[in-house]
Formats: sequence, C-alpha cells, structure tokens
Amino acid sequence: MTEQPQLKAKDYKSDQEVRWCPGCGDYAILSNIQKAVAATGLPREKHLFVSGIGCSSRFPFYMETWGFHTIHGRAPAFATGAKLQNPESCVWVVTGDGDGLSIGGNHLLHLMRRNVDVQLLLFNNEIYGLTKGQYSPTSGVGLVTKSTPMGSIDEPVSPARLALGANASFFARVIDTDHKSSAEIYRRAVEHKGTAVIEILQNCVIFNDGVFDHITDKKTAKENQLHLVQGEPLRFGAESDKGIALVNNQPTVVTVGENGITEADLIVHDEQAGAFYGGLLAGMDSQTFPAPLGVLWAHDRLSYEQQAHEQVGKAKARPGAGDLHRLLHAADTWVVE
Amino acid sequence: MGIGERMTIQKTSIDSAVVRFAGDSGDGMQLTGGQFSSTSAWFGNDLATLPDYPAEIRAPKGTLFGVSGFQLQFAAQDIRTPGDQPDALVVMNPAALKVNLDDLRPGGVLVCDEDAFNKRNLQKAGYEANPLDDPSLKERYRVYSIALTKMAVNIGKETGLGNRDAERAKNMVALGLMYWLYDRPMSLTEQWLKSKFGRKPEILETNLRALRQGYAFGETAELFAERYEVVKQSDTQAGIYRNITGNQATALGMVAAGELSNRSVFLGSYPITPASDILHEMSRHKDFGVVTFQAEDEIAGICSAIGAAWAGGCAWTTTSGPGIALKSEAMGLALAAEIPMVIINVQRGGPSTGLPTKTEQSDLLQCLYGRNGDSPMPIVAAASPGDCFYAAIEATRIAQRYVTPVILLTDGYLANGAEPFLIPDVDSLPTIHSPGYDGTAEDYEPYRRNDDLARPWIAAGTPDLHHRIGGLERAENTGHISYMPDNHQRMTELRAAKVEKIAEDLPPLEIVGAESGDLLVIGWGGTWGAITTAVKTLHGSGKSVGSVHLRHLNPLPADLGEIIGRYKKVVVPELNNGQLIRLVREKYLVDAKGINKIQGKPFFETELVEKLSAHLED
Ligand code: SF4
Repeated sequence: MTEQPQLKAKDYKSDQEVRWCPGCGDYAILSNIQKAVAATGLPREKHLFVSGIGCSSRFPFYMETWGFHTIHGRAPAFATGAKLQNPESCVWVVTGDGDGLSIGGNHLLHLMRRNVDVQLLLFNNEIYGLTKGQYSPTSGVGLVTKSTPMGSIDEPVSPARLALGANASFFARVIDTDHKSSAEIYRRAVEHKGTAVIEILQNCVIFNDGVFDHITDKKTAKENQLHLVQGEPLRFGAESDKGIALVNNQPTVVTVGENGITEADLIVHDEQAGAFYGGLLAGMDSQTFPAPLGVLWAHDRLSYEQQAHEQVGKAKARPGAGDLHRLLHAADTWVVE
Repeated sequence: MGIGERMTIQKTSIDSAVVRFAGDSGDGMQLTGGQFSSTSAWFGNDLATLPDYPAEIRAPKGTLFGVSGFQLQFAAQDIRTPGDQPDALVVMNPAALKVNLDDLRPGGVLVCDEDAFNKRNLQKAGYEANPLDDPSLKERYRVYSIALTKMAVNIGKETGLGNRDAERAKNMVALGLMYWLYDRPMSLTEQWLKSKFGRKPEILETNLRALRQGYAFGETAELFAERYEVVKQSDTQAGIYRNITGNQATALGMVAAGELSNRSVFLGSYPITPASDILHEMSRHKDFGVVTFQAEDEIAGICSAIGAAWAGGCAWTTTSGPGIALKSEAMGLALAAEIPMVIINVQRGGPSTGLPTKTEQSDLLQCLYGRNGDSPMPIVAAASPGDCFYAAIEATRIAQRYVTPVILLTDGYLANGAEPFLIPDVDSLPTIHSPGYDGTAEDYEPYRRNDDLARPWIAAGTPDLHHRIGGLERAENTGHISYMPDNHQRMTELRAAKVEKIAEDLPPLEIVGAESGDLLVIGWGGTWGAITTAVKTLHGSGKSVGSVHLRHLNPLPADLGEIIGRYKKVVVPELNNGQLIRLVREKYLVDAKGINKIQGKPFFETELVEKLSAHLED
C-alpha cells in the first residue's frame, strides 16, 4: 500500500456532478459524511459505499471511494457479501425510508439481527422522492400525496422500534443539517463493531418540505429536541428546565422545580441499558415528547463477519485443511487397475 | 427333494441389472438404495441411480403419495442411466406396490413384505382385495412374499430391542436378501452400520443380524431358483473412483474452482429443494476458506454473492425453480455491471412451485431471456452427476475470464442421482484466470475491454483503483453514468458481442454415432445418458443416426450449424415442452422436431429408441 497523506473531506468528493434538487437535505448529509470518512483516517480504498435505489442511493457516485449503486431495497445483502469477503473494509450502506423500510424491509431486518459491521445511513424523509412524491412507509396517517388523494391510511413504521425488534446493536438519530452532532454520531458509528443504524431526518424540499419542522425549527428546537448524552439526565427546554421522568412507570415530561420534581427524578441516559429503555426512547411520539437525538442505544455484540471468519479460521487449523486432493478422495474409494 | 437335500441354486451371469426399492417415506428406502449403490460401485460395477421421493417430509403412512423409491442400474459395462424398467422390485407395503408395479419388467422379481399387506394398508392404497392373492400377479412376475417385518421383530426379541425399533430393521432384511440375489458383498454395509450405530449396540446388532438374516434367507429358504451375478466392469478407465451425486459433484467443483482461480469461495444461498444439499455440502468446507451465507431469501442469496464477487471472491448462488425467478433482477445487475459470479439452477418441475422433487429441463428459456432489457448471459449445463464437477469449473472459467455472471444448469435427476466418478488428479485441472490491470491509476478505466471484450476485474478494496459501478447504463470505458443514446446502443451490442465471443474458445462438439446421415439428435443437460445410449443402440443396429450433446447453451457452439447441415433430419429430445428446439430452429433455420417428456421423470432409453426410430421412418 502506498503511504497515504492525511486526507481531507474534499479529497472524498468525486468528479461526478451532484444531481439532487437544490436545497435537498442530502447535500448536508454528503458533506457531513465526507468529513466523517476523512476523520476515520483510513486509506480511501477501505471505504465501500453500497446503496439501493432512490434519491439517497445516488450517494456512492459522489464519494471518491469504492461505490456500488445496486438494486432497489437490496443494499444490505450486497453489503453483507462484500463485508464477508473483505472484512477489513469500512462498509457504508446508504438507503432511504422507501428503499430500506418498504421494498428492502426484509434485508434491513436481517442485517440488523446478524450484526454485520456496517454503518447504515437511513435517509428518512417520509416520502418517495425519485418516483415523484408518493407516500412512504414512514409517512404519517392522513398524508395527502399523488397516490393518497384522500390521505394515507397506512400506519407508519418506526425505524427505531423496528431496529429494537431486530436487536440492532446501535441506533442513532440525527438531523441532516446538524453538522456538529453528525460528526460525533458518524464517528461513533464507525467505531461501533456491528450494524450501526443512523436514522437521518432528511428534508425533501420538493415533495415533503418541512415535514420535520416541528423538530428542526431553530425557534422551537430547544423545546422539541432531546439531545442524549451518556450518563446525563434527559433534559431539554429553552431554559433546560424540562426533563423526562418515569411517573407510574410511564415516561412523562416534567419540569424540574415543579411539583417537587428534582433533577434526581429524571431518567439518566444509558446507551447500554437494554431493550426496555431503548423501547422507551423509541416509543416517544412527537406529539407528546421532544425528539430523542443522538445515540439511543449502543451495546457490544460479536459482529457477523467476525464470527463467520472465526469458524473459517478454526476449520483451517484442522489437520489436512484445504487439501483438494484429500477432499476429492474423502469417500469410499476403489481402484480400477 | 428329501430332507437334508439342498436345492442347488443356479447363478446366472448377466451384463446389467435394474433394481428398485420402494416403500413408505419412513421405511429408509433411500438409505437402502444408497447402500446397494455404494456396495455395487465399490464392487466394481458401473452404475447410475435415481432416487424418487415425495415432497412431503413424512407423508402419512401407507399412502400412495408417501411412497419413496430408489432405482439403480449396475453393470459389467459402461452405462449412463439408472435403467428403464426394474428387473427386481422390492416393495415394503401395498401403496409401494400400486405405485411401482407397472414399471416392473414382465417376468421380473417382485419381493414384498407380506406383513405390511394388512387390511388397513390395503385400504389406504385403494386395494379391495390383497393383490398378493391374485393369481395373475404370479403369472406375470416371480413373486416372493416374505415376512420381512416379522423377521426384524424376532431379531429384536433376541437383541433386546423393542418391537417398534426392531421393525425398522426390515429394510436391512430386504437389503441382505437383494445382496444375496445379486451376489454382492455385505462388508461395506456392515462397516457403515457400525459407524452409524456404534453408540447404540442393540440397534447395531439388530441391523447387522437383519442384514445377514436376509442374505441367509435367500440361501436357505429354497424359494429362489436362480441368482445373478454382474461381474466387475472390465473396460473401465484405470484410476481411483468414488460414488458421487450431482449435488456433491457440484459442490466439489465449486471448491475446486476457488482453488483453481486462487480466490476464496463465497456461497450466498436460500434453502430450496433440490438445491439445498449444495449449501449443506459447501458449509462443511470452511477449511478451504469457503464462506457460506444462508440468506434471508433468494434475492439476498444472489445479492450477497454479487457483493462478494465485487470484493473479489469466487462467488456463487444456488437455487431451483421459483428461486431463479426471484433472482432475475439481481442477475440483470451482475450482467449490466459486469461482475463475474455463477448462478446454479438445479432445475425442477415448474411452473410456480410445480414439482419440487421431480426433474425437468424447463428453465432454459427463462435463463436465456428472463430479465428486463437485452441481457445475454452465458449458460453451461451439466450432463451427468459426475460431470457437475467439471461443469462448475467451466462455468467459473467463463465467468472469470469474460467477467460476466454465468448460469450453470443442473437438474433434480442429476442432483440426486449418483454414479462412479473417476477422481481427477488435481494437477490436471485447468487454472482459471481473470483480466486484471497493471497500468497506472491515472490511466485506469473500469470498463475498458480486452480482446475478449472483458473489463478488468478489480476487487473492491484495491488501493488507487476505486470507482463506482451500478445498474444505471454506464459510458463505454469510463463507466460513468450515461444516458446518451449512441452509448446505450454501443454498450448493449458490446455486452452481446462479449457473450458471443465465448464460442470462439469452445472445443469442437463430439459426435456420437454417425458423423453425418439421416438423423441428428441434439440434446443438452441431464438427458445425456439416455440419449447417448439410445443413439448408440440405433447406430449399432445399422441406423444412420448421430448425436451431439450441448454443454454450452449460450453461446451455442460455433460448429453446431455445420454439423446440423450434415444430416437430413434433426430431433431435439427435451424434458420440457420444447425450449432448445426453439433456439435451434431460430438460429439454424432447420425444421427440427421435438421429443418432449414432461412428467417429472427422465427419458427411458427404450422410449427414445422407439421415438427416434419413428422419426427415422417417416
Ligand atoms: S426529490 Fe426530495 S429527496 Fe429527492 S433530491 Fe429532490 S429534494 Fe432531495
């Protein structure tokens, strides 16, 4: 390998013209990922970007790395094969709410439960962009689109709850344009050994503009965003006086200093607390609660490719391993003179 | 004959024999047939086998649809099929009799477990009266109704095994009897029983005794007037042999292909009958660096394989029937992006779920054309169980040299059938090469083609040569996304030309029988044995018939057109409703005729002889 100088974000820009709509949240994500990839310090060829089909899935073409724009919904399966074949690589799966949760829901489920060591970027814009504006599996009930003129009647799927059900070992949520949080979360995701799912709240300016305004709007951000910090209580609000406490076993928004509530009553964020706490965060609906942002949970579990190669390693250590002559003769044989 | 006198049993030497074991799916018929095969192979006969089992795992006892059968032909000379009609049929119950009796050669040996011919079983098989009591049965066949179950149960009383478990050894009684009838040694099966039941002494002892008692019964019961011997094959090629099924041979070929191309093997697969055995077999060869991935579905199976090939692996996916339909879109991507890997389709009866455990050759057109867009893909087909080994290597050779996905077609008949396999010298196997790149990173273009029209195959992860690929149309040479009209035409033509170019490199076709004359028979895939035997028979009797068997279905061999021109008529026998025949008619503008059997069963030699004769006459 040639000695690589430390690469910068711009070194990861490919020569391909970026073709997203002006103002699309994807631009911010691309720039944040280019920074994150540079920050890994790994040589360029180590990064493999694999995507499916959709607006977000054009992503690999804009990265000066290895890239594979595959077929609709199946990126996790391609990535699993590539990671098993080349476990040294740093594999990124780029998908969206349609690609990953509708046509590719099955593959996403199995990627997470197997814990293949990849970073899965789930661009959630709650709409189909590339096919020009039909409702998606994360669209809210009632959403009027080209295919739902009287409003969607589909109950939306929650990526976090799906991930919980599949025992995903890492789940984070970030806003497309939040550069500061992005850097930290992508760094954590790369470090995590296993499937790191990052739900990115991405604004589609054309077909679903402002769908996350209630969370992202600067004016109300402090009231509507709950930034998770390991070991810190769940606190939010313009005055940072609000928090989440368990009242009658229910997560409840409380105000510190009111009704005898003190900081000690607040739930303390623990990424490793397990499925019960993960479920609490995943289940916090945006009507009642601020949106939990950051790493919702992260726990260590052996990665899939690591276990697969351990088995291969064990088998290779057996006497007579890898001897084709021996394998062909490994049966009742007889000699014809 | 007076007391103490022994009937001398005459031993007749015969060239070949066909034996079928049939019973309930729980009666162990596949095992019994498998043991008879191994023993015969080891003894030195040529042989071919045909297992035939129900799709249900444990169908209700005694029913017609629960009947499981295993047929084999063993011979003192070269044979290529498991035979048409059994010379001897063993049936373990009335249902097995009903399903199989019509196949038995008139005058053939019929061994029945009389204990199973009780009222309940007769009813389940739809018999109003016990067929064993029907005098006409004895007129047509040599019937031996024997208390196989009682013999096994009595042995259990001696060894201390309960009736239920002891009863299960009745298949060993039957096997022992057949060993006696065809003068086979018992030692191999004895060894096998010891390794299988070593930790269960009562079961082992019961089975060993059952086997020996069956053998002794033949000798002492004074029922049989004749026994047979099929001597060792004398014209066999020298070397070390083993028995092998098509699926085993395929798996070994896959492992070998990895070694020959110096790449680690990856198999992404979803379980499906009758292809799953390849996945099972491959998962046992991790010591070669083989990675097997049981995917969540057929689509993930192929997608993971493409991902592994992208990263430089010798990658495979295996499937059958409906599975190949599910893989279509991903096959199109591998073809468009030009990624080398092999898709193995163990064909079974279709359409839809069809006949999961039965054989057919009906996926040829789907494999040729079943993708969106103009999407040519090379196709290789195996001719016999042992040939699956070489076909897997050949498919890999094409995939890696031309940097393209390749389809390997086998079928249920090849997959489960077995034959003796001359184990090749590892050094005699071909090495497999793929085009690489040794220029500078600046000059590198991922879709620049060599003389074979192949692009370089560079593993994802290779330093300095990183690039992006995908399913969108790509510009010639650079591989950048391109929607330009002329480029799309050019790339479509180049992809087709690349596949056509493979033909330049194929060996000349081998002709069996007449090199020119009245009739040319064109076959492909698993029908090789029956077609070759039938053509040899006809040619031997002075008919002007020749045959070629196609290993490459896309592209077709370059010399096929010239060969067709040497004959007056062309006949294409296929286990489908006419697929290769369309290609032959279209490409060579010849009025080829079909012989089409669509019953989930292979061709019989005799039926081909008969039908080909009819074509010769009209
Ligand atoms: S359609 Fe929406 S998601 Fe797609 S590029 Fe345009 S703004 Fe972005």
